Amino acid sequence: MSLGLDEVKRIAHLARIAVNDGEAAAVRDKLNAIFAMIAKMQAIDTAGVEPMAHAQDLMLRLREDEVTETDRHAAFQKIAPQVEADLYLVPRVIE
Amino acid sequence: MINATVSALSASLAAKELSSVELASLFLDRIAAAQPALNAFVTLDPEKTLAQAKAADKRRARGEAGPLTGIPIAHKDIWCAAGWRTTCGSRMLANFVSPYDAYVLERLGAAGAVNLGKCNMDEFAMGSSSETSYFGPVRNPWHPDCVPGGSSGGSAAAVAARLAPGATGTDTGGSIRQPAALCGVSGLKPTYGVVSRYGMVAFASSLDQGGPLGKSAADLALLLNGMAGFDARDSTSLDRPTEDYTRLLHSPLESGSGPKPLAGLRIGLPKQYFGEGLMPDVAAAVEAALGELKRLGAVTVEVDLPTSDLAVPAYYVIAPAEASSNLSRFDGVRYGHRAQDYGDLIDMYCRTRAEGFGAEVKRRILIGTYVLSHGYYDAYYLRAQKIRRLIAEDFARAFERCDVVAGPTSPTVAFKIGAKTADPVQMYLNDIYTIPANLAGLPGLSIPCGFGRGAGSEPSGGTGRLPVGLQFVGDYFSEAKMLGIAHQYQLATDWHLRAPQELKA
Repeated sequence: MSLGLDEVKRIAHLARIAVNDGEAAAVRDKLNAIFAMIAKMQAIDTAGVEPMAHAQDLMLRLREDEVTETDRHAAFQKIAPQVEADLYLVPRVIE
Repeated sequence: MINATVSALSASLAAKELSSVELASLFLDRIAAAQPALNAFVTLDPEKTLAQAKAADKRRARGEAGPLTGIPIAHKDIWCAAGWRTTCGSRMLANFVSPYDAYVLERLGAAGAVNLGKCNMDEFAMGSSSETSYFGPVRNPWHPDCVPGGSSGGSAAAVAARLAPGATGTDTGGSIRQPAALCGVSGLKPTYGVVSRYGMVAFASSLDQGGPLGKSAADLALLLNGMAGFDARDSTSLDRPTEDYTRLLHSPLESGSGPKPLAGLRIGLPKQYFGEGLMPDVAAAVEAALGELKRLGAVTVEVDLPTSDLAVPAYYVIAPAEASSNLSRFDGVRYGHRAQDYGDLIDMYCRTRAEGFGAEVKRRILIGTYVLSHGYYDAYYLRAQKIRRLIAEDFARAFERCDVVAGPTSPTVAFKIGAKTADPVQMYLNDIYTIPANLAGLPGLSIPCGFGRGAGSEPSGGTGRLPVGLQFVGDYFSEAKMLGIAHQYQLATDWHLRAPQELKA
C-alpha cells in the first residue's frame, strides 16, 4: 500500500487539517513508512479471534436517568475563543 | 533532604522537623535553578503551590494529616488542575486554564498533597522522547545532550534531578516506564481501569492509564494509594475494593523469608524481549539484575510471547485511530486555540487545527483518520483489536508458568536529542517492550538496574554512563506484589539511589 498526494490531501481534509502541497508531500513519505510497518499485522491469521476493546471485557455501566450536571456555563465560556449572549460564536453556516 | 523518600519526608513533616511550606519552597527553588538547563516544567505557579503548602501545614496543626499531606508532587501537564494552565504540551491548549480538577488531582488534593507545578511532555503524550512539546524539548539530567524519554519526560527528569519527591505521569504505550528507565527512576503503569481518566486529556482511551513516578518502589506504592480508586465519571474505571498498595512491600510472597525474601517467585523471561535490537549494555544490566533476584530466592523460566512482534504495528493502528476521534474535539469553538484568519466554518476548523497541532500529532491523526475511513475498518482497526486479544492470551499462558514477567524496559539507554526525530518508525520501536502491557491492559513497572554506555565514546564527546531500566509486567491487579518484589530488590541494591553526578552530596 502506498498513499498518493491526492489521498493524503483527502485524508487531511477529512481530519480537518489544512495542508499545502509541500506539507502533504513531506508527510506522505513518513506515512508510507509507518503503513509499511503496520502491514506486518497481515502476517498472522486472525480468523475466529474475538476483538478486544477492554482487558476486563467490561460492559458500560448504566446509571439512573437523572440530572447530575450543575450549571457551569459561565466558567466554561470564560475560556472560549468567542462568546456572545451565552452562545459560542462561529462563522455563519446557514445563509 | 532532596534525596529523601516520600515516607521519610512524611515522617519529618509529622515530627515537625520541617513545614510543608519549607519543603515546597526548597523544591520550587531547585526547579527555578534547573529550568533553563532541563526544561522539565511547562507551568509554575509558586503562589498557588505555597498556598496549598500553607493549607497542608494548617491541616497538620489540626491533627488531620495523612501520609501525603504536605508532600509536593509534580504533575504531568496532561492532568487538568483547576485554575492552572493545562497545555498537554501543545499550542492547541497553550492558553487553556482548566475550570476543573482531574480525579487524580482532586484525590491527591484531598489527601493534602501539594501541586508543585506542571511537567513538560510530548505533545498530547505522543512520543518517546519529550521532543515534540510546543514548549521545547526536555533534557535528561544525566546528560544534557540526551532525551529523557517520553512522553512523561518532564515528570521523570524532575524526579531524577531531585526537583520533586514524586510525580504523576500517564502511560499509553510506555510513557511512564520508558522515561523512568531513561532517567534512572521508578515508574508504574497500573492495570487499565485502576486510575480514573477523568480530567486527563485523552489520547487513546482504551490504553491510557495514569500512574506515579518516584525514586523507589515504596514511594510508588504510597503515591498510587493517593491516585487509585473508583470514579463513576470515567466509564472504564473499575469498581473494586480499595487496596493498600504498600501492604506487600515487606513480604511480597508467603514462601519468602530471611535472606531469601523472593523464595518461590517464578520470573518469566520472554525470549522475544532478549533478541535482536537489544543494546548489549542494557542486556548485561538486566542479566545482572536477574542474578540479584535469583540470589534473593527467585527462579527464572523461559516464556513465549509469540505475538509480541505484532504489538507495535497493532498499537500504531489502535492508538492513532482513537486519537483521531478524541482530538476531533479541538475545533477552536469552545476552548483552546482558534486561528486568527479564516473564511467559513470548515476553513476555521482546518486552519485552527493546522496551527494548533505539531507534526507528530498531525501524522497520528492522519493515520487514525485513514484506518477508520470507509472500507478500511476491518483490515486495520478490527484486525488490530484481534491481535490485541492474541497478545493478552500470550500473557495469560505465560502467567500459568510464572508469577511475573521481567525484561528490559527499553532496548537502549537514552539517545541524543534529534537522533530519531526524522524517522518516526525508529522512534516508535523504542516502545517495543512496553506496548504489549498496554494492549493487554496489564500493570507494568520499571525500576533502575544499572548503567550502559551512551552514544559516542568517552572521553571524546560521548554521552557517558546512562541509566538502564528493568521492567516487570504482572498479572491483572498484581501491583502490590510487583511493588513488593521491586522493594526487596531495592533493599538489596542501590541503583535507585544513584543521582546524576552534580547532585551528589
